[in-house]
Amino acid sequence: MQSQQTVGGADGPVGADAATPAVPATATQPTAGPAEAAIRLVAVTKAFPQATSPAVDRLSLEVGRGELTALVGPSGCGKSTTLKMINRLIEPTSGTIEVGGVEVRDQPRHELRRQIGYVIQQIGLFPHRTVADNIATVPRLLGWRKATIRARTAELAGQVGLDRDLLDRYPSALSGGQQQRVGVARALAADPPVLLMDEPYSAVDPIVRAHLQDDLARLQQELHKTIVLVTHDVDEAIKLGDRIALLNVGGHLEQFGTPAEVLRAPANEFVERFLGRERGLKRMALITVAEVPLGGGPMVQADAAPAEAEAAMAAEGVDWVGVLAGDELLGWADGADLAGAARVGDAPRTPFRAFVRPGTTIREALDNIVNSRTRVAVVLDDDDRYLGMLTVDHLAEALE
Amino acid sequence: MTPAVPGVLLAENGPDSFIWWAWVGDHLDEIWERTVQHVQLTVIALVVGFAVSTVLALIALRFRRTYTPITGFAGVLYAIPSLALFAFLVPITGLSLLTAEIGLVSYTLLILVRNMVAGIDGVPAAVREAADGMGYTPWRRFVAVDARLATPTIVAGVRIAAVTTVGLVTVTALIGQGGYGALINDGLSRSFNTPIVVGAALSILLAMAVDLLLVGAERLLTPWARAGRR
Ligand SMILES: Nc1ncnc2c1ncn2[C@@H]1O[C@H](COP(=O)(O)OP(=O)(O)O)[C@@H](O)[C@H]1O
Ligand SMILES: [Mg+2]
Repeated sequence: MQSQQTVGGADGPVGADAATPAVPATATQPTAGPAEAAIRLVAVTKAFPQATSPAVDRLSLEVGRGELTALVGPSGCGKSTTLKMINRLIEPTSGTIEVGGVEVRDQPRHELRRQIGYVIQQIGLFPHRTVADNIATVPRLLGWRKATIRARTAELAGQVGLDRDLLDRYPSALSGGQQQRVGVARALAADPPVLLMDEPYSAVDPIVRAHLQDDLARLQQELHKTIVLVTHDVDEAIKLGDRIALLNVGGHLEQFGTPAEVLRAPANEFVERFLGRERGLKRMALITVAEVPLGGGPMVQADAAPAEAEAAMAAEGVDWVGVLAGDELLGWADGADLAGAARVGDAPRTPFRAFVRPGTTIREALDNIVNSRTRVAVVLDDDDRYLGMLTVDHLAEALE
Repeated sequence: MTPAVPGVLLAENGPDSFIWWAWVGDHLDEIWERTVQHVQLTVIALVVGFAVSTVLALIALRFRRTYTPITGFAGVLYAIPSLALFAFLVPITGLSLLTAEIGLVSYTLLILVRNMVAGIDGVPAAVREAADGMGYTPWRRFVAVDARLATPTIVAGVRIAAVTTVGLVTVTALIGQGGYGALINDGLSRSFNTPIVVGAALSILLAMAVDLLLVGAERLLTPWARAGRR
């Protein structure tokens, strides 16, 4: 299959997003493809002097407003070059780039950049300024009032999860993770509609990285910025991206779509290889239990006769039965223990130890299934009412 | 000259002693005058040298190809023996303050230009990239970021230049510009120890005082450096 040079995504923004209630305007967009483009690249080429082939070759891409688009690809494929052409740290050789409907080259560089947050892997905090002054960089450039800046700095510290006590320190006194939080706060300071992030979490250890990623996801739920995130880590792209653009060497766009789309149907061998093994597991991390039709399971009421339980077990082909009182789940009873009981409720019961909720990913549900004696995941709603059961078969169906 | 024996300094203090305190007491006004001259010559040389070096460093930074010729030229100036330089200048500019300062300024250029350029080059690329990405204009970034971060390296250069200049100013007495060198010359011409010792000792003390002052200035200018070393 040839690489798609423009937008993909025939089904619009569904899939991973459907479970999260706070999805921005994109969820209501009737048209296919991304929401209204906030950033548009048309046939953008960058040929560095003395290079034998262009670093980015006629790349076209539309980044939807309020979406996080992840640019992912192997090292040297032109991700950073693409990102830097958006804020004109690098000037394209040819092609056009629009941000918010305005061509970037029609604005003075510094004015363009003050409307675009920029976060880089090496962070690049100003070592001679306190954390607060670092965060205040763009507001100062824009000439905000002192009091406004102070209030904004405190607000941002809270948003990015930074202890206020750190505001008066110099960056050298902060850990890597804290520094990157400052980097994000600084980029967001003047509330720019667009945020560019170049491998922001590559330099921190995996535990801190996971935290920072979760924080970014949470922040994005509140702020709905248009974010372009460059990463070489496909898992990060899947975890954070509303859409992911897979780039090959020379900035060739191999596939562009939601993580669910890309995982379900990789456009070609490059994409398949880049997504790596465990593609099924990665997809399962994007689907929630709520999206899967549940099985009823071998369930009977506690006051039912043992015969009813026998029938339920036979129907499901198992040797245990779940015991309900109304929609409250009491536990499960072994088929062998039912013989002497007058009612199912009289037989010895074992409580279910683990449950999943509608918002749980089916990947986690699978973990529950393989770890349970009964080989099912019990689904309860948020008020602990019984909703149904999942088996491996249900999950396999959901992936088809 | 009689070699000095510190043990007898105060015992029989007189004109032949290593230092004759009575002479010092009688000449406090002259010593003060020489001190003022010495400080003036030093400060003028440093201020002018810093200004000239700033211009040269800016040119070298803006047009990288000029760095080698500029530092090469400053290096040649630095290598000329001071007496030879003054001997060369006197026929042109006379026994004047100008002659003295041309010489003194020449000797500051190499160290100042080199440290200015090294200081700016030492600014981390990521900091520059972030500053550009935030929307600094080039000149504003240079002043607010690059130059600030180069301060420790530049001050290090100024300290060396200052100490060197304080010592060199003693030579400018030869062309009649006063300073501690005048005391030393006076003593040499009369084979009289005391002014030589006073002039040399005060010159050393002044160099140390100036150095301390600059260390203090650096601490004030770079509060982040101390915080970072915790
Ligand atoms: N300033 C530059 N001058 C010359 N070549 C460059 C420059 N920046 C990047 N390149 C080259 O362009 C290609 C893409 O680089 P880059 O965009 O940084 O890749 P990525 O961020 O995907 O790792 C690489 O081959 C790189 O060597
Ligand atoms: Mg890169």
